[in-house]
Amino acid sequence: MKLYEYDAKEIFKGNSIPVPEGSLISNPGDAENIAGKLGTVVIKAQVMTGGRGKAGGIAKASNPKEAYKSAQRILGMSIKGLPVNKLLVEEYKKPDKEMYLGITIDRAAKCPLIMASPEGGIDIEEIAKTSPRKIVKIHINPLTGIHDYQARMLANSLNKNKSLMIADIIKKLYRVFIDYDCTLAEINPLADAQDGFFALDARMVIDDNAFFRQDFREEETGSLEETAKKNGMSYVGLDGDIGCIVNGAGLAMATLDLIKQYGGEPANFMDVRAGANEEQMKIALRIVSSNKKVKAIIINVFGGLTKCDEVARGIIDVIPEIKAPLVIRLAGTNENEGRALLEKYRVTLASSSEEAASAVVKLGNSDR
Amino acid sequence: MGILIDKTTRVLVQGITGHEGSFQAKQMAEFGTNIVGGVTPGKGGSEVYGIAVFDSVSEAAGETNPDASVIFVPPRFAADAIFEAIDSGIELIVCITEGIPVHDMMRVCSYLESASSRLIGPNCPGITTPGESKAGIMPNSIHRQGNIGLVSRSGTLTYEIIDLLSRNGIGQSTSVGIGGDPVSGTSFVDVLEFFEKDPKTHAVVLVGEIGGTAEEDSIGFIKQMSKPVISYVVGISAPPGKTMGHAGAIASAGGGTALEKIEAFEKAGIAVAKNPTEIVRIIKDII
Repeated sequence: MKLYEYDAKEIFKGNSIPVPEGSLISNPGDAENIAGKLGTVVIKAQVMTGGRGKAGGIAKASNPKEAYKSAQRILGMSIKGLPVNKLLVEEYKKPDKEMYLGITIDRAAKCPLIMASPEGGIDIEEIAKTSPRKIVKIHINPLTGIHDYQARMLANSLNKNKSLMIADIIKKLYRVFIDYDCTLAEINPLADAQDGFFALDARMVIDDNAFFRQDFREEETGSLEETAKKNGMSYVGLDGDIGCIVNGAGLAMATLDLIKQYGGEPANFMDVRAGANEEQMKIALRIVSSNKKVKAIIINVFGGLTKCDEVARGIIDVIPEIKAPLVIRLAGTNENEGRALLEKYRVTLASSSEEAASAVVKLGNSDR
Repeated sequence: MGILIDKTTRVLVQGITGHEGSFQAKQMAEFGTNIVGGVTPGKGGSEVYGIAVFDSVSEAAGETNPDASVIFVPPRFAADAIFEAIDSGIELIVCITEGIPVHDMMRVCSYLESASSRLIGPNCPGITTPGESKAGIMPNSIHRQGNIGLVSRSGTLTYEIIDLLSRNGIGQSTSVGIGGDPVSGTSFVDVLEFFEKDPKTHAVVLVGEIGGTAEEDSIGFIKQMSKPVISYVVGISAPPGKTMGHAGAIASAGGGTALEKIEAFEKAGIAVAKNPTEIVRIIKDII
């Protein structure tokens, strides 16, 4: 789960990583008041996407009136389709220098990786392209944690004269990375300003698998993704018109790829997980068919733990509600029982993933 | 023959009294796996399908001398179960559990560097050597003895491909699911090294997916292999920045897309199948 800048900065603050003073607001009057107290402020749209600056979602205001006007403008905006409902208004810190500091997980090395670059303010991917030599990377053994010398080396690469202060921030950021089960903890830019160092932007991504021991709650959006997740399934909306329900993530991706190969466009990714049962199949079908763009639906199940007859019963229960034609492929545990149950219904039964994908694309097209 | 497990492998089941653990222990026993015991803290002294249950791995190890352990422990206790198996000197640990925090897995993998155990998984279907033994959850009926090694990051897609191979008369030496998590114990290269050394394996099918660089990282070794490798990578239609079911299946601006992986394989002259049926066709061409 990605955190909003504001939430990440609250965590930084609680862990003594310096951030500019500021508040989260949702109306222009509050921006005016805060600017009255803080002087020159920066007003930042709190949306879950990059490129806020380019889209005009970040503004500097040197007096309360200007803050009011900018806040009013940004609050009415939509950035990459996301409406701006909240703003972070914080004290402006003039950076003498902007640097990059980030901790991520190196999958191949199987451990945390700290990256530092004296050039910050742009994406790390961009820095890696333009000046790869300026990025210093250090792997950390998760059993020992970060050593002082490692923090020192990283800090020296950013600014030798102020390395003590930077090393302190690096160690605190590592602490946050561990304590909050982060898959990413990033300060970009880390500003060297007149009165010290400040995290001008903050990004944190929390491992969803660690929610049982972390105190985070995902924002309720009422999305299909969320409904699926609550039911132990995984849904990702796509742009096409072929609805997909598959058990297992790999087979689901393979099914989407096949649909594309046959000239169709998948409307969604949906993994009902390996142990899917009757009830879950019903929920899955309702979720996928609630997308109005869906013209035909493919159900591709390879039963191991999943029993095909249970899947068939789940499908049959909701057939009367589904308008889109169904193509069903059942293989593995109890496949014959499952197919027998479905034979009386107006559905297309396929015997392989390829056959099912080809059939569902044809049905989707014929409906046009 | 085959790799990692055979008829003689003595298998322990951690989490054997749970719903999935007990069901899968029975399935493994029916497949022919030599299951020597089970572990569930607090349930020592009981039995599951005639299999003796112990309170700890070390106790079970002392009594039953296992070579391998299959773990069906819930995510929040799974890392601890792996540490316990490592400390008890279990050579081969197969962790089926999905949903273990990645920080736990980083600690486990660092610990493994100074231990002699090998970990397969987590979030994987385990290992099957047809006609010999199964340490995992692949359906019993799909396998057929033969000479194709299979290594995959997926679960049900692996079953689909094994089933398709078997139906087309192509048997497997061993099938290994290395798991769909971002950080896991065993890589493609590790398994390919075993297949290269295994006289029974004549060719290998490698099934990859989006996220990370595990596929690309295997290319250097594949080029040195004496045996042909057929690759299949899924997730061409996956949008960047979205997790596709498996925690590790996420492509980003930094890389990890299916197309990048496929292009890397093609550039290296490694056979790439576009769909499961093509895997069968390519194998038939080669053999």
